[in-house]
Amino acid sequence: MSVSTTEANPPPLEALRHPGRWVAGAAAILLAFVVLESILGNSRLQWDVVGEYLFDEGIMKGLRLTIILTFAVTAVGMLLGTLIATARMSKNPVLAWLAWFYVWVFRSVPLLVQLLLWFNIAYLYPKIEIGLPFLPPLIEGDANKLISATTAAFLGLTLHEAAYAAEIVRGGILSVDPGQTEAGDALGMSRARILRRIVLPQAMRSIVPAAGNLLIGTLKGTAIVSVIAVDELLYAAQFIYNRTFEVVPLLVVATLWYMFMTAVLSVLQYFVERYYGRGATRSTTASPWAQAKAVFLRARGVFTTPTGGKA
Amino acid sequence: MSTTTIPAAGTARADGRSMVEIRELHKSYGDLHVLQGLSLDVAEGEVVCLIGASGSGKSTLLRCINRLETWDAGSIAVNGDLIGYRSSERGGVPVLKELKAREVRKQRAEIGMVFQHFNLFPHLTVMENLVEAPVNVAGVPRREAVATAEQLLAMVGLAEKAKSYPRHLSGGQQQRVAIARALAMKPRLMLFDEPTSALDPELVKEVLHAMKQLAETGMTMVVVTHEMTFAREVAGRVAFVDGGQIVEVGPPEQVLDNPTHPRAQAFLSRLV
Ligand SMILES: Nc1ncnc2c1ncn2[C@@H]1O[C@H](COP(=O)(O)OP(=O)(O)O)[C@@H](O)[C@H]1O
Ligand SMILES: [Mg+2]
Repeated sequence: MSVSTTEANPPPLEALRHPGRWVAGAAAILLAFVVLESILGNSRLQWDVVGEYLFDEGIMKGLRLTIILTFAVTAVGMLLGTLIATARMSKNPVLAWLAWFYVWVFRSVPLLVQLLLWFNIAYLYPKIEIGLPFLPPLIEGDANKLISATTAAFLGLTLHEAAYAAEIVRGGILSVDPGQTEAGDALGMSRARILRRIVLPQAMRSIVPAAGNLLIGTLKGTAIVSVIAVDELLYAAQFIYNRTFEVVPLLVVATLWYMFMTAVLSVLQYFVERYYGRGATRSTTASPWAQAKAVFLRARGVFTTPTGGKA
Repeated sequence: MSTTTIPAAGTARADGRSMVEIRELHKSYGDLHVLQGLSLDVAEGEVVCLIGASGSGKSTLLRCINRLETWDAGSIAVNGDLIGYRSSERGGVPVLKELKAREVRKQRAEIGMVFQHFNLFPHLTVMENLVEAPVNVAGVPRREAVATAEQLLAMVGLAEKAKSYPRHLSGGQQQRVAIARALAMKPRLMLFDEPTSALDPELVKEVLHAMKQLAETGMTMVVVTHEMTFAREVAGRVAFVDGGQIVEVGPPEQVLDNPTHPRAQAFLSRLV
């Protein structure tokens, strides 16, 4: 039986047009243009001042500390968070309970309060000694010297981050089919190896987007440590405008850098997500560039496959 | 040889020594007494099919054999070695002492298991699925593990799929990879838990074919299945599980065609 067409070969296919999309797109572009015009065209923003301070030496130093702090906090926080997540899921009830307690404490104390507490730790513990009980201390010293403002910032941000990272990692691990652990067990693999090689790489698919958000949150969270006089990006900007009174242009300088760094991190996140998504779907996902090209070509009536390859 | 009934200590075939010896196994989940003093012997090179109603404890039994589950009383030995325990004594009385996790892992590595839902590692290619455990658990050199994996993939008819990811394969192909993955550890015993239940009907045959081939190489196999044709053709014996015990065991034609136990009669009449 053949398809009931009059011709021998079925006629070519014509895709449905979407005029509504073009109208909505044009309206959105117009709106964006109006907003942008009002910002860029505002002479009170003093774009010349922004340009003057964008690569200022003090701003650069602040930017460097912001980047270092962000990556140090994220690295140590994620590591600590992974440990806390595994403790939370361990069969040892003491470990599980302690992990729960940690997450509860550090999610309930506001970051700002925690930073101020670390900054004022010398009030609680004027002298700090680190070592094993009943043995001479390995490190000892004046709390004010040991815990500088930067150390306090690092400690506060990291402990805060670890609590959130623990929940993200735990959620990721729970999202992996228990059959995966079982298969590893049946092959004689160790629990640590199963976690590292089998479960975590799959958990990454749900961990990465959440961790990406956390990382960007941390980047901007570092601005809060300006309250304890840590010389990061925002503090550097404040340091300058306290002298010159060019408040708004310097806030714009800091904002531009935060936006730039967030853009870089978003691109990074995209590639990491793609890496951990391998083997996850039946079709290989096309890059956003290929997707955009496919949309454009489709609009012009050129046929491409849904994944962006040439038909 | 006659069909053994309660309490069915399965009589192993006279020609082989026992590969699996299960004695008086008891297991409860809370108040649910799943295994109630179950005993079974499987001879070396023998294929035993386990049949029985859903929830009768077939999976639990299978998972006990490689210690994925613990049990409350009784013993299991594979190839003469107690699983999960070693013989000891306390105050002159013999006891079984639980093994450390590391020792249990060594025992598991010698028992292959195939799951209903394949449980392949989706983020690893077929080849990586096959060499992961041989290299990292058994310490086989990678080059050697890859060569073995290639042979096994050829055996299950998937030589050209080594670089594919599991999700790009059909269910039948995935299950054949899972069989090859278990075989890559060179097990002495293979356990199958409803290996074809998750497959579309037209894909069942290729998996059963691979299993039949494996049985012909002399592999000892314990298979939970509803595929009566497979049981008839391949199994040396069929064991019917009910109420946490094996209530009937014997050659397939005997158990499947002339069951003596009323529960087995009822179960099999419903299947036809
Ligand atoms: N982890 C578990 N916790 C509680 N009950 C379980 C668990 N696993 C299995 N069971 C119960 O034990 C019984 C036997 O299960 P199972 O061995 O899977 O049966 P079968 O494989 O024969 O269908 C069922 O009633 C099931 O609900
Ligand atoms: Mg089952």
